[in-house]
Amino acid sequence: MTDRMLSATADHPDANAVIRERAGILPPAPAQGRLPPRTHSGPVDWIHRNLFPDWRQGLLTIVVLYLLYLSMPGLYNWAIGNATWVGDRADCVANGGACWAFVNARWGQFMYGFYPVAERWRVDLTFALLIVSVAPMLFPAIPGKRWFLAFSLLVYPVIAFFLLYGGVLGLPVVETARWGGFMLTLVVAISGMVGSLPLGILLALGRRSKMTVIRLFCTTFIELFRAVPLITVLFMASVMLPLFMPQGFTLDKLLRALIGVALFNGALMAEVIRGGLQAIPRGQYEAATAAGMGYWRMMIFVILPQALRIVIPGIVNTYVAIIKDTTLVLIIGLFDLLGIVQAGIADSNWLSASVTKTGYVFAGMGFWVLCFGLSRYSMYLERRLNTGHNT
Amino acid sequence: MTKSFFLATTAMVLGAGLAHASTLEDVRERGAVVCGVTQGVPGFSNPDDAGNWTGFDVDICRAVAAAVLDDADAVRFVPLSNTERFTALQSGEVDILSRTTTRTLNRDTALGLNFAPVVFYDGQGFMVRESLGVASALDLDGASVCVSAGSTTELNLADYFSANGMSYSPVRFDRADEVLAAYDAGRCDVYTSDLSGLAARRLVMENPAEHVMLPETISKEPLAPVVRHGDDQWFDIVTWTVYALIGAEEMGVTSENMQEMAEGGSPDIRRLLGAGDDNMGAWMDLENDWSAKAIAAVGNYGELWERHLGMNTPLELERGLNELYTNGGIQYAMPIK
Repeated sequence: MTDRMLSATADHPDANAVIRERAGILPPAPAQGRLPPRTHSGPVDWIHRNLFPDWRQGLLTIVVLYLLYLSMPGLYNWAIGNATWVGDRADCVANGGACWAFVNARWGQFMYGFYPVAERWRVDLTFALLIVSVAPMLFPAIPGKRWFLAFSLLVYPVIAFFLLYGGVLGLPVVETARWGGFMLTLVVAISGMVGSLPLGILLALGRRSKMTVIRLFCTTFIELFRAVPLITVLFMASVMLPLFMPQGFTLDKLLRALIGVALFNGALMAEVIRGGLQAIPRGQYEAATAAGMGYWRMMIFVILPQALRIVIPGIVNTYVAIIKDTTLVLIIGLFDLLGIVQAGIADSNWLSASVTKTGYVFAGMGFWVLCFGLSRYSMYLERRLNTGHNT
Repeated sequence: MTKSFFLATTAMVLGAGLAHASTLEDVRERGAVVCGVTQGVPGFSNPDDAGNWTGFDVDICRAVAAAVLDDADAVRFVPLSNTERFTALQSGEVDILSRTTTRTLNRDTALGLNFAPVVFYDGQGFMVRESLGVASALDLDGASVCVSAGSTTELNLADYFSANGMSYSPVRFDRADEVLAAYDAGRCDVYTSDLSGLAARRLVMENPAEHVMLPETISKEPLAPVVRHGDDQWFDIVTWTVYALIGAEEMGVTSENMQEMAEGGSPDIRRLLGAGDDNMGAWMDLENDWSAKAIAAVGNYGELWERHLGMNTPLELERGLNELYTNGGIQYAMPIK
């Protein structure tokens, strides 16, 4: 790659300028006697450049504006104009628009499920702690990232579990059956993410291992879990597993689901990471070995940092899929955000067309906020680590 | 400290721990009845705004809890999906399944379940637009019917129309919500589904007031609470709690008048309310006023119906078959003596 670039530069001393000019980045050098290029500024010019650069783009702009004109008033009337902000079912049916009063009345339930009202500060604290322990890693300026990372991967999950479940330090036990709503979505998604990455790394390394037994085990595991849908894994965990256990000896349902989600996504993650491992040139392995590093030191300090950097888009892709897959826990009777909204719209005190639509729109917005936030963060991360290879 | 960490973790992982021989003992030790319910079926079980489970099926469990533990709130509700409901009962995750479950031979025998008395005689019914001016399903000759393809609903429909010598044109869809949307958009004259579901679906129509339900049911869907095989005592308790609620309605005992009824009622009533001389509760290892507690907690069967399904609720379900046998229905309590 570098060699070819060098030779290209040698053939055309000003090759880069030519490339830039072709791409339209630089205006052509002004010829003698011409006016200097027009300066681009002001709103009129912005509209000209972005909305009406030529007749085709201009036509598209007009069509899009017309479509917006057609759809916006209806959307506005539904979401705001005819919406009900305070009231009950009868008000919502009478007004015909969105029934935000329903969301309002059930806000706490949508966020926390059946978590006791007096104990909800524990959920807030758990997620505040998460933000505090993860936030420093997002900003390059803050030192000591290694410690924050170790804390959020090793210590935080333990603290989070005891905060949410209770049973220690005088915190009353809140059974997992009472967890629900947005909180449960986050719990399933985050434990899926935290669990699947290390599992995926180990499986990916195992699949490329020279030790036959380990390689066979990892390959079998990956292919088995990759070949079935997540819904099957959850179904097995919730319906079949209890039948194999002695009567009355039940494994917590949420825990079964969490393990299922982590194993399934670990297998997917392993293949993403293996892609990164295979992209690392042999020279890197040989150089690390030559420098006297053992297997684990080579992997941890040389290979994995480069491999993981390459596959960030793939990892985030898997993470977004995990968030969206959380809704599948509905089939095993857990109430994630979508589940609790569905249970809510089935309340005969609210049951109506308006409440049904509002509920689904609300759940959709909740998931969109989560996934969009995550994908913006991954774009920021790629820019920062400069792994896009788009220069 | 370390010990409590360990205990909390173990408690979460192992759930209830090892079971006793008897469900009643387990329930007493736990201080709560574990009750499997739906994930939200209007009128039967769903969480209210405050997060408490409410509904017809929910109150059956509350009645059992009141009879056994003298506390109608000592119930832990476990929402179960259609697929996992029987496993949850078989594996001991729940004590009662009170979840709009139809009693069939297969479930009663091969699945190892015991069905308590039927609390809701459901069945496939019809909904039409009021403007159609139809009062009975027998007037539907030549109608177009929206139905989901390949379902039992479709089979029942075909049987009913051919048995009555009527013709109809089916408009088939793959998914249930497509069927409903098509009917709401006016693609067919008739929508058909189980009665309990019809009432709820009418409310999510664009204009619920335009639609009426016809009185006929064309299939049998008897819904009953379920317990697992192998614990006759617990089966008896659930069975007779349901009969006590129905019996109370037969005898005119309500949650309001039960005090005076216990003092001045007939021998039957006094026996029902545990004010008689016999010792019925002890036969089930319960207190003698077990049924009085159940009735006080949720009311009699009629009160239960009116609170969750009846004409004063948005569902506006007619009692129909679920009237007492004395009022033209088939609800009938076995003699409580």
